[in-house]
Amino acid sequence: MSKAATVAKKPKKTAGAKKKAADQDLQISAEEVTVGQSFTDKPKMTMRNINVFYSDKQAIHDVSIDIAQNEVIAMIGPSGCGKSTFLRTLNRMNDTVEGCRVEGEICMDGENLYSPKLDVVELRARVGMVFQKPNPFPKSIYENVAYGPKIHGLADTRVDLDEIVENSLKRASLWEEVKERLHQPGTGLSGGQQQRLCIARAIAVSPEVILMDEPCSALDPIATAKIEELIEELSQNFTIAIVTHSMQQAARVSDRTAYFHLGKLVEVNPTEKVFTMPEHKLTEAYITGRFG
Amino acid sequence: MSKPVDNLDKIKQSLTRRNRAETRFRWYGRIAILIGLAAVIVLFTDIISKGHGAFRVTYIQLDVHYDQDIIGVANMTDPAQLADGNWDAVPKSALRSKFTDVSGRRDKRKLYALLSNGAGFDLKDRLVANPLLLGQTESIWILADDDIDTYYKTWLDGEPYAARMADNQMAWIEQLHNEGNIRLQFNSNLFTRGDSREPEQAGIRGAIMGSFFTLVLTLMLSFPIGVSAAIYLEEFAPKNRWTDFIEVNINNLAAVPSIIFGLLGLAIFINFFHVPRSVPVVGGLVLTLMTLPTIIITSRAAIKSVPPSIREAALGMGASKYQTVLHHVLPLALPGMLTGAIIGMAQALGETAPLLMIGMVAFIVDIPAGFTDPATVLPVQIFLWADSPERAFIEKTSAAIMVLLSFLIIMNTSAVWLRKRLERRW
Repeated sequence: MSKAATVAKKPKKTAGAKKKAADQDLQISAEEVTVGQSFTDKPKMTMRNINVFYSDKQAIHDVSIDIAQNEVIAMIGPSGCGKSTFLRTLNRMNDTVEGCRVEGEICMDGENLYSPKLDVVELRARVGMVFQKPNPFPKSIYENVAYGPKIHGLADTRVDLDEIVENSLKRASLWEEVKERLHQPGTGLSGGQQQRLCIARAIAVSPEVILMDEPCSALDPIATAKIEELIEELSQNFTIAIVTHSMQQAARVSDRTAYFHLGKLVEVNPTEKVFTMPEHKLTEAYITGRFG
Repeated sequence: MSKPVDNLDKIKQSLTRRNRAETRFRWYGRIAILIGLAAVIVLFTDIISKGHGAFRVTYIQLDVHYDQDIIGVANMTDPAQLADGNWDAVPKSALRSKFTDVSGRRDKRKLYALLSNGAGFDLKDRLVANPLLLGQTESIWILADDDIDTYYKTWLDGEPYAARMADNQMAWIEQLHNEGNIRLQFNSNLFTRGDSREPEQAGIRGAIMGSFFTLVLTLMLSFPIGVSAAIYLEEFAPKNRWTDFIEVNINNLAAVPSIIFGLLGLAIFINFFHVPRSVPVVGGLVLTLMTLPTIIITSRAAIKSVPPSIREAALGMGASKYQTVLHHVLPLALPGMLTGAIIGMAQALGETAPLLMIGMVAFIVDIPAGFTDPATVLPVQIFLWADSPERAFIEKTSAAIMVLLSFLIIMNTSAVWLRKRLERRW
C-alpha cells in the first residue's frame, strides 16, 4: 500500500487577471468523461451511471466508479461538488432526505442496493457510516457501542456483548482511554474520542464497508492524526470510502483518490498519481490550490 | 472623506443616543414585569384575604344526651330504625338544657338556628360509630350555623356583621364566648364533604374527586393519542399538502373557544353516543378534544428539538425508522412531551365553559366514586358557589379558588422541575 508522500504546494500568488482566466477554465462540459482508472478487477462495490437529484436540481451527473476490496478511497473536491451526496448513496442515507432521487445502478458483491427486495436496514449493517460531526448517542459509552449488535441480534449473551464492545473499542484505539468509565455518558468525551467512539460503534456490527463523511473536519490536528492512524489500521479489514476536505489527509490515508467537480467525477487514479501527476487540468488546478 | 477625528465625535454622539435607547428599553421591560407581578400580587392577596377564613369554622360546645326515647331508636344495628330516628331532637334538647330560660316558639326557633341543621345527622354518625354512647351524655363540639359562623368571625374581628342575627342570638353567643363554649376550629368539612346548600356543611371533596376522575381520563386519552399523532406527523408522514392541511387544522383546533368543544361534546357524546351527562367520562372526552392540540403541538416541538444527527447516527447503524424513534428520539423528546402534557392538564383542570354544556354544572352532594358517577369539577364548583346568595359562600368561593390555584401552581412547578431534571445537553 503506497501513499503519496508529497503534496503539491500552493502557489504563492495568483494575480487577478490570471484568476479570471482560470475561472473560465473551471467550467466543465457536459460531454466530459472521467479520466484515470475508475474500474478495478475485483470490485467490492460497483456504481454505474449514477445521477442524484434533489427535487429538480441535479447534484450528481452520470458517475461510474468501482471500489475495490479493502482499499481506502478518498473523495475530494470543492464545496458543493457532490462528494458527500455520492457517499451517502452508498448506504442509502439519501433515502431520508426529502425529495432526493437516485438513478443508476449501485451494486455490492453483485447485489443491487436499490432493488426493492433489499432491506435498507440490512444494507446499513453491512455498510457502516461515520459522520462529519461526532454524534454519539446521549447514552453510556458501553451502550453506544453495544447498540448496533443489540438491534441486529449479534450477541447471544451478555458476555458476548461485552466482548464485542471491548474488541470494537480496542480496534478504535479507544479502549485504554475509556475502559475505566464504560458506563459514563459518551457525550462527556472529547471531540476526538467521541469520533473514535463513533468509529467503534460503526465497526461493532462488523460492516464490510465503512463510509466516512469528513470524519476529521471538527477535530484538532492531534485528534485528526489519531483518526488517520486508525483509518490505516482499519483498512486491513474493511473497505473504506472517505470524503475529505483536506488534500493532505487524502494523500496520507488513501490508496485511490477520486476528484469530484460540480457533480461530475473528473478523475480517479492511485493517490500518488493524483497528487504528483494529475491527468485532468481541473484536478491539477484544485490540488495546486487555484480554487477550492 | 471626513477626517478620523470627525468620525470619532459622531460615533461618540450616536453612542450616547444608543445607550439611552437601551436604558429606556430595559425600563420598559422592568415596568412590564412589575405590572404583571402587581396583577398576581393583587389577585393573590384579594383571594387569600377573602378566603383564609373558610379554613376555620365555628363550633359550639354542648352537653349532649343521647336519649333513647327522644331519638326513638332501641337497636343501633337496625337501619330502618336509624333512618326513622328523630336525630334533630338531640341537638335541640341539648340547646334547651343549655339555655333553660328560653321559651316561646319564636325564641326557640332562634335558639335552634345557632347550630347547623345537619348537626343531628353528625350526631347520628357519631352514635353509629360508637353505639355504646346510646343513653349516655357527653360534652361535644357541634358545628354552628353559617350565619352564626359569619357573625362570630366578624365579631371577633371587631366589625360584627349582624344583618341576619336576632338580638337574643347575639347575647347567647356572647354568653357562649365568655364561657369558652364557642370557638373556631380547622374546617375539615371543607376537604371531606361534598357540596351542600348549607355553607357550613359544604366541601370541595366532591369537586376534587370529579376533577381527579375527569383529568385521569383526559390524560389517559389525550397523552397517547397526542404523542402518537405528533410522532407520526414529525417522523413518518410525508411532507405534502395533506400534512400541511392537517397541521393548519391542528393549530385551528387549539384556537377554538372552549365552549364550542362543550357544544360538540353535547351533540356527539351525549346526543349521538348516549354517554350519560354530568359524568367524568363525558367531561374527560370533551377535555381530551381540548387538550389534544396542546399536547400535539408541544410534542412536535419536543421531537423537532432532538438533533437530526442523533437520527442519522441511529439510521446509519441500521436501526429501522421505528427503532430510531423508539430508542433515541422518544427518550430525548419525552421531557418536553411531559411538560406539554402537564401544561395541557393544568389548562383542562381550570376549564369551566365546556363542562357547563355537558351538565357537569349540576348540584351534586354525593362524592363521586368512579368515572360514571355524576360529578362536578373544581372550577365549576367555584362558579356555583360564586352564584350562591349565602354570605358564607363568599369565603368558601375564595377558599376553593385557593385550592384550585395551588393545584395549578403544583402542576406548573412540576412541569418546570421535570424539564430541568430530565433535559439532556449534547
